[in-house]
Amino acid sequence: MLAMNFRGPFRVRADRNRPMPEIKHPQDAIVRVTRSCICGSDLHLYHGLVPDTRVGMTFGHEFTGVVVETGSAVTNLKTGDHVMVPFNIACGMCPFCKQQLYGNCHESNPEATAVGGIFGYSHTAGGYDGGQAEYVRVPYANVGPTIIPQGMDLDDAVLLTDVVPTGYQAAEMGGIQQGDTVVVFGAGPVGIMAAKCAWLFGAGRVIVIDHIDYRLEFVRQYAQCEAYNFKEMDDPVVFLKKTTGWLGADVCIDAVGCDAAGNAFQSLVGRKLPLTGGSATALHWAINSVKKGGIVSIVGVYGPLDALVPIGNVVNKGITIRANQASVKRLLPTLIDHVMSGRLNPKAIISHRIPLEEVAEGYHIFSAKRDNCIKPVLIPSSAYAA
Amino acid sequence: MENIAEPNKAIEADIDREIANRTKDIPGWGIDADIKNNPTYPMKHYNGADHERFNYEKPPQQPIDVEILHSIERPGVTRVFGTSTPPSGLSGMLRRYAFRYSESTYAHWVPLVVADRINVIEGIVDDLKHGHIPNIFAEKGWQAEWKYNRQGFIKNVAVTVAVTAVVATLLFRKKKSK
Ligand SMILES: NC(=O)c1ccc[n+]([C@@H]2O[C@H](COP(=O)([O-])OP(=O)(O)OC[C@H]3O[C@@H](n4cnc5c(N)ncnc54)[C@H](O)[C@@H]3O)[C@@H](O)[C@H]2O)c1
Ligand SMILES: [Zn+2]
Ligand SMILES: [Zn+2]
Repeated sequence: MLAMNFRGPFRVRADRNRPMPEIKHPQDAIVRVTRSCICGSDLHLYHGLVPDTRVGMTFGHEFTGVVVETGSAVTNLKTGDHVMVPFNIACGMCPFCKQQLYGNCHESNPEATAVGGIFGYSHTAGGYDGGQAEYVRVPYANVGPTIIPQGMDLDDAVLLTDVVPTGYQAAEMGGIQQGDTVVVFGAGPVGIMAAKCAWLFGAGRVIVIDHIDYRLEFVRQYAQCEAYNFKEMDDPVVFLKKTTGWLGADVCIDAVGCDAAGNAFQSLVGRKLPLTGGSATALHWAINSVKKGGIVSIVGVYGPLDALVPIGNVVNKGITIRANQASVKRLLPTLIDHVMSGRLNPKAIISHRIPLEEVAEGYHIFSAKRDNCIKPVLIPSSAYAA
Repeated sequence: MENIAEPNKAIEADIDREIANRTKDIPGWGIDADIKNNPTYPMKHYNGADHERFNYEKPPQQPIDVEILHSIERPGVTRVFGTSTPPSGLSGMLRRYAFRYSESTYAHWVPLVVADRINVIEGIVDDLKHGHIPNIFAEKGWQAEWKYNRQGFIKNVAVTVAVTAVVATLLFRKKKSK
């Protein structure tokens, strides 16, 4: 079958000779992929920032597909069902799944205890081949996959498997109270959704910070918020203090993660060398621009090594930090409702629809932010099969 | 205050102090607002399950038919796991070594990062062995660069060629003078 094949940092190709996935466990299903996004998290793999990313692996954790085969213990799905597949692989039985911490399952990732299994996300997240392929193995098929509701656009459905729940959870973890000023760092797909969702929780003011003008322009329209370019500021922290009446924001959201720009030292030790768990510039700004007693919500992804953050200020300001991988399954009922009722319109963020064959160009365009790229979706030609 | 960039002045003036005015056009504004949304997810949701420690009821075990390295912070592999790209070659040896140490140590992560880099070279060798000359130009998606950033692309190529030429000339001269 055709699938993406990782060859090393900044090198991927579409490979026709990949083996078909097989049922390995009674609760597995095999899915024929119909849509598969490239996520900002994939860029961390693509840039070589996640340890134990092996050459020959297939990425992809944000996808929809049609069930073509089920294991003997799969009861919630049948052949022919068209499903959205949450990016977390979760057993539904362990103490963490029982608390709806589906991103923290203890029975899906042998290689690391600090993160649950994720499709196509290195061996540090379980060593699964992912959905940037014609077919993919979906473990614990009774738990994650959810049938796409009648009438929902596939392009909306695919975004419900990662970016929408992640943005929503970023706002939710901020504990937003009515009238709060919420600052979102990052105007990528996740930051855009976080800004949009902050309003649902009753935010009084939403401010987005990035340094790419076309993205700032997009989020200003799409999320009806303020958006500013940090390159035009002497110091983003002072800028935010001043515009929030000198006290700081009520809630700051890190939707950037380990590829953050804006500080030469962080970029050197976190992205170029890399000696730390990534460049923590946005998180640093978030901690320093939130008010005392405020909340910092982190959905940006960092590597497993230490990152440079002003932890002393967290103590001295009494900041609450909340963070996690999105618990997609937990949020789907709410978010399906928001999409079906028109309150959220995720597909509007898709800027590129790319055949799976052109996966290398897709990665480059998204990574280098060419052609005003916001969100690329890969479509295998087998998606059109009957 | 002189050191603050110009746009700030505009902001103070632009912001409508009345929340209702600012939010009236936003679909679904406040629909999920909840006074009790703090503390919030992922706060502890007590149900006693964690007190069973590792004795919780588990799904059946996926048969272990490839080499799976597991974190020493757990007693064995998980009930399911991915079977992509098992460890092999020199990078595989380094990965096996790394998994003797916990996720809490540099002795775990640094060898994995080094193994990843070695693995890239192994990948090229493996491609050649299978009679496939990797098209690095295509793998880097440079067709897209040519399409959307032609000037920058030409500049980069020119700079690379110039630097290579200078370095080559210097090396060549040195050899000659010996
Ligand atoms: N927790 C989760 O479940 C989850 C899920 C999906 C994605 N993520 C993470 O969310 C992050 C964003 O994902 P994305 O798809 O939007 O990626 P993206 O790369 O498209 O967007 C990141 C944006 O941040 C901007 N940026 C860089 N440095 C900045 C800084 N110092 N301050 C403000 N903005 C800055 C970039 O210009 C870019 O527009 C990534 O780290 C990704 O791994 C987390
Ligand atoms: Zn993702
Ligand atoms: Zn679990």
